[in-house]
Amino acid sequence: MTPEASLGYRKQSPEVAARFSRMRDRPVILSVQALSKQFGDHTALDKISFDVRRREFICVLGASGCGKSTLIRIVAGLETPSGGEVLLDGKAVSGPGPDRGMVFQGYTLFPWLTVKKNVMFGLQMGGKSAFDAESDAREWIALVGLAKFENSYPHELSGGMKQRVAIARALANRPRILLMDEPFGALDAQTRAQMQAYLLEIWRNVDVTILFITHDLDEAVYLSDKILVLGANPSRVEEMIENPVPRPRTRQQFLSAEFLATYGRISDLIHPPTSVPQERMPVPRLTAAGDDVE
Amino acid sequence: MRWLIPFAPISGRSRVLLGGVSFVLPILVWCLFSYVPFIWHPLIKITEPGGVSYFRVDTLVDKKVFAAENEKMVAAGSPEARGVPANPIFLPAPDQVATAMVRAFTTPPRRSDEPWLHESLWHSVQIIFWGFTLSSIIGVPLGILSGVFVGVSKLTEPVVDFSRYMPAPAFGALAVAVLGIYDAPKIAIIFIGTFFQQVLVVANTTRKLDTSLIEAAQTLGARRLHLLFRVVLPGISVDLYNDMRILLGWAWTYLIVAEYIGASSGITYFINQQAKYRIYDNVFAAIIMIGIIGFVTDRLLALLGSQMFPWQKSSRPSLFGRWFRKNSEAFTP
Repeated sequence: MTPEASLGYRKQSPEVAARFSRMRDRPVILSVQALSKQFGDHTALDKISFDVRRREFICVLGASGCGKSTLIRIVAGLETPSGGEVLLDGKAVSGPGPDRGMVFQGYTLFPWLTVKKNVMFGLQMGGKSAFDAESDAREWIALVGLAKFENSYPHELSGGMKQRVAIARALANRPRILLMDEPFGALDAQTRAQMQAYLLEIWRNVDVTILFITHDLDEAVYLSDKILVLGANPSRVEEMIENPVPRPRTRQQFLSAEFLATYGRISDLIHPPTSVPQERMPVPRLTAAGDDVE
Repeated sequence: MRWLIPFAPISGRSRVLLGGVSFVLPILVWCLFSYVPFIWHPLIKITEPGGVSYFRVDTLVDKKVFAAENEKMVAAGSPEARGVPANPIFLPAPDQVATAMVRAFTTPPRRSDEPWLHESLWHSVQIIFWGFTLSSIIGVPLGILSGVFVGVSKLTEPVVDFSRYMPAPAFGALAVAVLGIYDAPKIAIIFIGTFFQQVLVVANTTRKLDTSLIEAAQTLGARRLHLLFRVVLPGISVDLYNDMRILLGWAWTYLIVAEYIGASSGITYFINQQAKYRIYDNVFAAIIMIGIIGFVTDRLLALLGSQMFPWQKSSRPSLFGRWFRKNSEAFTP
């Protein structure tokens, strides 16, 4: 790719540029400051810093093993950093809490609770009466389109439905930020596409800020306002990319110039040409292999 | 030859069929030995003593002795003894045992101070109940705490692990010295036999709980006690229930040893008395009775479990369970 073409992702339409400049005026919700994490001799995260502003949708992208899960787990308070800190509304976080809702890749619904009771769980932990929690839960379940299933148990739901319940359960607590750790990674391609569109709809209609971890380039470009690209070994911020693809997003945009330019850029960042292993692995041809394959 | 494929599933009908066969097969073998005269039958039961002075009707004699005596009779010109092939007294035929199962309950004990069979069984059931309950009251909470808190685990599990290698019956003499000769030492043996295993099994079950559920609960705002009571306990409940079923089975295996300690009691006493009287039909009946009680209890608990935990994917509901579910609407008003 020519240097000129490789910078195509920086070209923003006037509408998109205006939106980004308005975004810069919004208050910072989450501030990650020089965050580091050591596991023994291994440096998983090396001085990661970035800000998330109100109503932003940020995707954290990196090759597998680059520490992006560690990053979000530290933000959630499930792990402690070796250095640096995480500020939520300017206050340092310590330990997990309902102000940072989390949706995990594995379905972490409580199997012994019905859909409704799962969504009520956080509300009741927050001190709501069963009655109030129930009516709140019903609204959130309706929002994710599962009103018919409020009395079903998780094992009766498909993978996509389970993640919708998990999203409703996290949102019901009205978190300051919603953390999503590869939430659609275990779903089949079709369901994943549906869930991505669904998530954008939810994000558009609910006052929520999202930090979304993924290793899927399409997913990152399709969903995000900004893409935080993490390099590997040790993991540091390669670039925070302002996604030039205009909203509202559609699947047709996958072939648009902005989309392809952004895709190309993040692909180069996480798989630098020098690090790509030999593309063709030679396979000896067997005599009985037959013809007419190409 | 589908059933030769490893792990291949089989139809519900063959499942039920095989379950029946697993009981029928050993009974069939028993029938062969009991009813087919040329299989085993090492003795002769005398029907006519003939000239043999010490033979009486219904006496059991060895086949060789029988033949030797008859040879003597032939030589002496006396009438030969007659008899039919028979098994030793300790192997009663299935029909005798079946009769004994009923008769043992309806026959009053030989001595007025001896218990009836149902009293013996009830006494044994009580010993098991108290031993197991007392063990569970301490063992289950302790197991859960060691599963949840590494500190508690390190404090308790080494000594528990050490203690479980000491066979419970080894404490028999000590239990009698401390607790007397009646029921207390017996309950103590069941307790010792169950408790140490129980702590370790429950702790392991607790540790197997998916930690991501705990993390999810934490991000939803759950803290300490809520985590324990609203996540850990319900999270392990199904496995814990099944552990308890298995442990109850183990408790039964300690019963006979426990009842030998001090003054013999319960079903053990009954079995010993009947053996002393050489009524082996009753001995068999009593042993089978223990099996039936254990098996039926476990099936009932399994069934109760499938009703208690509605969130479970019970992939294999029992015949009765399916019937129960199909008809459960009829039971509810």
